[in-house]
Amino acid sequence: MSKKEFITIDGNEAAAYVMYRVNEVCAIYPITPSSNMGEWADEWAAKGIKNIWGTVPTVCEMQSEGGAAGAVHGSLQAGALTTTFTASQGLLLKIPNMFKIAGELTSTVFNISARSLATHALSIFGDHSDIMSARSTGFAFLGSCSVQEVMDMALIAQASTLESRIPFLHFFDGFRTSHEVSKIEVIPDEIMREMITDDMVKAHRERALTPDRPIIRGTAQNPDVFFQNRETINKFYEACPDIVQKQMDKFAELTGRKYKIFDYYGVEDPEYLVIAMASGCETIQSTINYLNKNGYKAGLIKVRLFRPFDVKRFMEAIPHSVKKIAVLDRTKEPGAVGEPLYQDVVNAIIEGLNNGYGNLKSLPLIVGGRYGLSSKEFTPAMVKAVLDNLKADKPKNHFTIGINDDVTFTSLDYDETFDIEPENMFRGLFYGLGSDGTVGANKNSIKIIGDYTDYYAQGYFVYDSKKAGALTVSHLRFGPEPILAPYLISKANFIGVHQTVFLEKFDLVSNLIEGGTFLINTPLPKEEVWDSLPKSQQEQIIKKKIKVYAIDAQSVAEASGMGRRINTVMQVCFFAISGVLPKDQAIDAIKQSIIKTYGKKGDAVVQMNIKAVDNTLEKLYEVPVPNEVTSKFEIRKPVADMAPQFVRDVIGEIIAGRGDKIPVSNFPVDGTWPTDTARWEKRNIALEIPVWDPDTCTQCGKCAMVCPHATIRIKVYEGKYLENAPETFKYTDAKDKQFKVENLKYTIQVAPEDCTGCGVCVEVCPAKNKSNVSLKAINMAPQPPLREKEAENWEFFLNIPDLDRSKISLNSIRLQQIQRPLFEFSGACAGCGETPYIKLVSQLFGDRAIIANATGCSSIYGGNLPTTPYAKNEEGRGPAWSNSLFEDNAEFGLGYRLAIDKQNEIAINLLNYYKDQIGADFVNEIINADQSTEDGIREQRKRVEKLKDICKNLDIPDAKRLINVADYLVKKSVWIIGGDGWAYDIGYGGLDHVIASGKNVNILVLDTEVYSNTGGQTSKATPLSAVAKFSAGGKNTQKKDLGAMAMAYGNVYVASVAFGAKDEHTLKAFLEAEAYDGPSIIIAYSHCIAHGIDMSKPLRQHKLAVESGQWLLYRYNPKLKEEGKNPFILDTKDLKIPVKDYITSEGRFQMILKSNPTVAQHLFAEAQKQVNERFNKYKYLAEQPLNGQQIKQENN
Amino acid sequence: MDLRTKYMGMTLKSPLVVSASPLSKTLDGIKKIEDAGAAAFVMYSLFEEQIELEQKELFSISTMGSESFAESLSYFPDVAEYNLGPDEYLEHIRKAKESVSIPVIASLNGKTTGGWTRYAKLMEEAGADALELNIYNIPTLTELKGEDLEKNYIEIVKSVKDNLSIPVAVKLSPFFTNLANFAKKLDEIGTDALVLFNRFYQPDINLDELEVEPHIVLSNPTEMRLPMRWIAILKGRIFADLAATSGIHYGEDVIKMLLVGANVTMLCSSLLRYGVEHLKDIQEEMIEWLEERDYESVMQLQGSMSQLNVADPSAFERAQYMKAINNYVINY
Repeated sequence: MSKKEFITIDGNEAAAYVMYRVNEVCAIYPITPSSNMGEWADEWAAKGIKNIWGTVPTVCEMQSEGGAAGAVHGSLQAGALTTTFTASQGLLLKIPNMFKIAGELTSTVFNISARSLATHALSIFGDHSDIMSARSTGFAFLGSCSVQEVMDMALIAQASTLESRIPFLHFFDGFRTSHEVSKIEVIPDEIMREMITDDMVKAHRERALTPDRPIIRGTAQNPDVFFQNRETINKFYEACPDIVQKQMDKFAELTGRKYKIFDYYGVEDPEYLVIAMASGCETIQSTINYLNKNGYKAGLIKVRLFRPFDVKRFMEAIPHSVKKIAVLDRTKEPGAVGEPLYQDVVNAIIEGLNNGYGNLKSLPLIVGGRYGLSSKEFTPAMVKAVLDNLKADKPKNHFTIGINDDVTFTSLDYDETFDIEPENMFRGLFYGLGSDGTVGANKNSIKIIGDYTDYYAQGYFVYDSKKAGALTVSHLRFGPEPILAPYLISKANFIGVHQTVFLEKFDLVSNLIEGGTFLINTPLPKEEVWDSLPKSQQEQIIKKKIKVYAIDAQSVAEASGMGRRINTVMQVCFFAISGVLPKDQAIDAIKQSIIKTYGKKGDAVVQMNIKAVDNTLEKLYEVPVPNEVTSKFEIRKPVADMAPQFVRDVIGEIIAGRGDKIPVSNFPVDGTWPTDTARWEKRNIALEIPVWDPDTCTQCGKCAMVCPHATIRIKVYEGKYLENAPETFKYTDAKDKQFKVENLKYTIQVAPEDCTGCGVCVEVCPAKNKSNVSLKAINMAPQPPLREKEAENWEFFLNIPDLDRSKISLNSIRLQQIQRPLFEFSGACAGCGETPYIKLVSQLFGDRAIIANATGCSSIYGGNLPTTPYAKNEEGRGPAWSNSLFEDNAEFGLGYRLAIDKQNEIAINLLNYYKDQIGADFVNEIINADQSTEDGIREQRKRVEKLKDICKNLDIPDAKRLINVADYLVKKSVWIIGGDGWAYDIGYGGLDHVIASGKNVNILVLDTEVYSNTGGQTSKATPLSAVAKFSAGGKNTQKKDLGAMAMAYGNVYVASVAFGAKDEHTLKAFLEAEAYDGPSIIIAYSHCIAHGIDMSKPLRQHKLAVESGQWLLYRYNPKLKEEGKNPFILDTKDLKIPVKDYITSEGRFQMILKSNPTVAQHLFAEAQKQVNERFNKYKYLAEQPLNGQQIKQENN
Repeated sequence: MDLRTKYMGMTLKSPLVVSASPLSKTLDGIKKIEDAGAAAFVMYSLFEEQIELEQKELFSISTMGSESFAESLSYFPDVAEYNLGPDEYLEHIRKAKESVSIPVIASLNGKTTGGWTRYAKLMEEAGADALELNIYNIPTLTELKGEDLEKNYIEIVKSVKDNLSIPVAVKLSPFFTNLANFAKKLDEIGTDALVLFNRFYQPDINLDELEVEPHIVLSNPTEMRLPMRWIAILKGRIFADLAATSGIHYGEDVIKMLLVGANVTMLCSSLLRYGVEHLKDIQEEMIEWLEERDYESVMQLQGSMSQLNVADPSAFERAQYMKAINNYVINY
């Protein structure tokens, strides 16, 4: 046996580590939470790391998981050892190929970080609904319970698939295992070499297609022989469990780690047995160990090999004494007798008893239950409840555990206070802000403890659903024993609060044990820290005798050159006061770790971190805890009392972190969620907010246009509404001519508690103070002193009526921006480059828009709970929104159009049919109404209301039908929105079909040129030379010209826009696209955090992109052809700067310059060449004759 | 004609040296410099502050938005190796040394005392024949005394000199209360050469945007008067060699600098303006002038019109300014 080597990694890396080494080809596609596996493989390949046979595996990103599966299938057929990684919907897309691969007895391992399938809602979190959907494919299923097992089972699966010829699905729990960081024993390459023999590889290759030994596969078979052929594989499935066990035994000999395909844990003579798969087994095992010491007679069977299900071995694993069995499934199969594992267990036991397998003499009582859907916590308390249920006279069957089902009463009660964690286990909770480096520091701490001590270490990280100002909670455990605790920490020895804003929002101290330690990062002086804690927190601190420490980490970080990254500072504090390691040893270890982690990124980075370490200790201090509570305030309510009931009872509870406790009855039955709720969640995440200077302001409207979160609003109103205005409410005279006549007032107001403080409004503001040019008409100022007054001003502002929309001219941004946004306060990144476009849609057409949103960033900030940014106007109208899938969004949106048109057609037919009863003139008026303007739509709405009134009094059989569809007589604007990953890659086929349909839909492609939501993977929109995941060496192919493809149809409106370069052009394109009675597609340059740019100054990038020609502004309007004009207008007239000037200003391109300057120079030169070629081609097209006659002649 | 000159202990084939400029950014550029006849060249400057900024920027980019949202825990791949800061520059020195036979003079603009010496040492190790310290900053603190600033400069140069065995030149700005005194101080600590003068790029104002913008203007021949005066004054008064830079465009400009005592003349703007081939013209003009007047060598000429060697030393002093104004002819 080799010398043991330990590493601290997460489950995804563990799987990728093995798979990369024992494969030759990886076909990948990003999907959470599996993306990291492909990313690791790609990074290793880019670095030239070789597999166990000395070759660098080929890593190929495909356009979808379906594509990846096809590539895997082909690669396998051609003889390479091939693997892939996926989850959830991605697995669903692979299923057709999985049937083929299994049917052809082809060896491969698919690695799945199991994740919920989208049903009533999407969820990125873990359960087994995805893998269970693939259980009929013929793949073998091998499950891992922990990070160590992921590494081990990956190798066992590879060896087993090669020997058995059955393809394997190796699964582990998404996030809980895929993202848990753990100290594990690494498998040396020589052991992998022993497990994967040359003979196995040879056999695999010999089965490949080759013209040297020609055969065919994939034939079509007829009723006479298909069935028999299908049965030929049986002996392979029969042999498979033996092979897996044999490989497990071989693995045990080589590593000392023993596994069985059904592993039993517990007392020798259990009465109660729990059967489960994957990470939940660890919790069950540790709970059973604890309970058995207290008189329970319980056992657990970990099902590792779920398919092929070996009934005999399963029966042999069940101790003879078992009387009752609970089978736990991490999935839901509505309408089934029970969930899949439960059904298999019941069947297996009956069949086993019939065949006389195993030790059971009679059929035990078997119940099934669901747990842990979408990473719902599964704790020892819940395991105890499951066992207690078994102990009951009449155990509940088909139960749920972990929720309160007060509708169908499936849930088991459990005692939340039940705790089994050992005394010698250190448990720490760290509350950080996404951007402050807390998670990174904690991952680092785990590595330090893993590397410098014999302790076992575990880290799990919880993120919220917002991309800007997100709360992160790090759960860290260290201890002398292996850690079997795949659940969150509820009682901690140590809590670090890395941002003070959390203190007023959450009850944090309740998670501390008596005598625990509470560390706060606060800018307040020592004497004010105690009073800054809410009452309830002070009470608990005194009662539990908690030690409180504090530091102004921000100041230390800034003084050390670290900016807002307080990670190193807080890490030093943790080690200094937690006592996990001797202080000096810990400080030394941190410094070593800094050198190791940042050495590659330059000495300056190392030095600033070291400086932060040195500067920290002298600033850390203990806060004296008095004997009595002195605080005058309490933790803030999550939402205001005036909020609607659903917002208070459900959304507010989720905001407060109490979502787990909400009972089933409080939720809608079909996933429907109210819009217009983001305004209730006052996040207060901005350190600074914009302040308007009316005297300097030119009222251009640009600040409102670019604001990603719609927190800067403009209103033009009559002076009478200023009565009772708060003292600090700002206004001035409206400057626009049409408003001046009426002496209207003008206000730009900021929503102080919703703003993210991105500063883009300041960047765009063109007006400079005449006495001090460092000041503009919008300037950033610290939020805390402004918060209260501006919140009052904001409320007052909201109550001023909106200007009549028909009075707002749409021919300029300055006026158009007066329109109220119906998309506000989303969870997008601070400075997001996508949201201004969506906001513009909501302003222009929101009251009549229905949006189909592809999965991605825009579906997450658009529809991730708890709150929804799509809003309603004063009439209660606003965008209706839904997300179907990633791959089908264009088709989904087309479906909207079909349905709307059909209902409009039904209404018109009924109108025509009942023309006489309703009134012929009125019917004609409705049918022929001009709805191209705001006035036109408003008038039509009035007509429809009148029509409904008429119908109510009509004695015709179809009156109700007509009322039912009458609203479809008012124009509806269909918007199909998504990112480039959807439009260029996975959804392109559908998008192409939809624009070819000729139907009136508006497609908005938010082109960030990368898969932003899953962390920056390459798409076909990624420009040449950019570094992105899966293009670590710089993308060496050019960006797909989606606009050119769409224009090729000739009847599609196409525009390419960049609001930061020319906002008026963007506005014009949106208006034209919507007005065009046919398919429209707008490709919108969307700067992104994944570009490596200063997100407070992103508009500069728009300008540079356009000036260099890297991004062209143009419009193709088929309507112009009717007027005899050239439909193509190139709005970028000249290339003003070299491409290099643009691309070297962005990190994504700089990275290739820094990592491989020679390649960079070549790619940059090629980029310039391609830009020139494209510009010249477009210029030529735009310069074609404008006279229709000439075009016609040419056509003739 | 014997054009040879000595500079910092090196014998150069002529006094024509290309000063720190974008011309030396690429190996091709360096080869062209040699082919055009330069006797040596100063590599473009390595700025310690820029290195730090770039490293911090890369760090900031590669960590931006990371570990914040469950689906996107990072936005960039972890690249195997970065060409950061001095590595690229040092590699450039190594390659330059391999590619050309003329001396390579590295140029450094440091920020911290440790940085000056660390990078200087690395440049020496990379094979630079000499080092030019590009002391280039604009003191703006009203509390900072001139004497403290000078002291700081002296410390930097001393520290570099103490750690290096290759010769060290200091490129100075003309803005010292008593430049002669400061030059003497540098001389006393063993500075091998003074390069007169550094031209600061003066910012401009964009009237449309009301923004301060960098504005790079190439030098013109009138600018050579300032270094010419100071070389004349310093020649013979200090041991350090003197290099003339700023405004040297033609062969006659070179001759003038040599006359007042320059060991070498450094060229940049004229080469950027007319191309590096212009060096050949300058050399021809120089030779023509020398031959016409029966000079045998450059060394014979050097310093023959320094302040110490002219009949009227006051001609190089301030009074001359008054005289110039008095003699100025108004042409309108």
